[in-house]
Amino acid sequence: MIAIQRSYAVEKNDFTKAGEVSSNIKKIMKQVGVEPEIIRRVSVAAYESEMNIIIHSYGGTIDFMITPEYIKLVACDRGPGIENIELAMKKGYSTAPQNVREMGFGAGMGLPNIKRCSDEFIIESEYKSHTKLVLVFKQSM
Amino acid sequence: MTVAQLLNNLDVKLLSGKNDLNKKITGFYIGDMLSWVMAKAEEGQAWITIQTNLNVVAVSVMTDISCIIIADNAEVPPDTLIKAEEEGIPILQTSLSAYQIAIKCAGVDAHG
Repeated sequence: MIAIQRSYAVEKNDFTKAGEVSSNIKKIMKQVGVEPEIIRRVSVAAYESEMNIIIHSYGGTIDFMITPEYIKLVACDRGPGIENIELAMKKGYSTAPQNVREMGFGAGMGLPNIKRCSDEFIIESEYKSHTKLVLVFKQSM
Repeated sequence: MTVAQLLNNLDVKLLSGKNDLNKKITGFYIGDMLSWVMAKAEEGQAWITIQTNLNVVAVSVMTDISCIIIADNAEVPPDTLIKAEEEGIPILQTSLSAYQIAIKCAGVDAHG
C-alpha cells in the first residue's frame, strides 16, 4: 500500500455537508483494503472530529494519512478552544447548544468516543485560540 | 433476516434505498443520541430512531447500519432521503413506537 494523504476544510455550522469528510475518508480506506475493524474505528473518530469542528469551532481542517503501518487523523480548528479539557473529556459533559441537541448531538460522548476508537490520542487546546487532535490508528500488517 | 424480509413482515413504508434491500440485518439498536449510537450500535444492525435529520445517514454509513427504521411516523426531510439513496441506506417509516417496533422485530427475528 502506498501512502495517501488528504486535507479537508470543515466549516462552522455546515450541517448540510456534515459527514462528507468522514464519508470520503471511509471510501478511501475501503478502496485500499484497510481492515473493516480499523475502518470502523477511524470512521467514527473522523465523524466525531468533523462534527466537533462544525458544532463547536469557528472552522478548521482535517488531515488524513494512510501508510502501511498506521492511519493518522489530525483535526485542527481556529478556536475558540476548550476551557476545561478534563471536563470536555468526561462522558456526558457537553456544551452543545439546544438547536444542535435537538438533532441528536450533545450526548457528551464525542471526545470519549474518539479516544476509545484511537490507538494514540493527543488533544491540545488553548482557550481563545485553537484545538488540535492528533489520532493514530495502528495497522497490523 | 434481510431488509426486504423486514419490510414484508412489518407495517412500514419504504422511503429510500430500494436497491439495497438485500442487506442482512444482524440485530437491532434503539437510540436518538447520535454519538451513543456510534459507540454502541454494531455493524449490520437496524437502527430504530425518531431522528430524521441528514446526520442519521452519515452515522449509518460510519457504523455500517443495515437500515434505519423511523418510529412514530417522524417526518423525514427530503435532503435526508436524497443522501440515503446516494449512500444506499434504506429508510423505513412506521406509525409504530420504538417499543412496538422492537416487539414486532423480535417476533420476526425469532422466525428467521
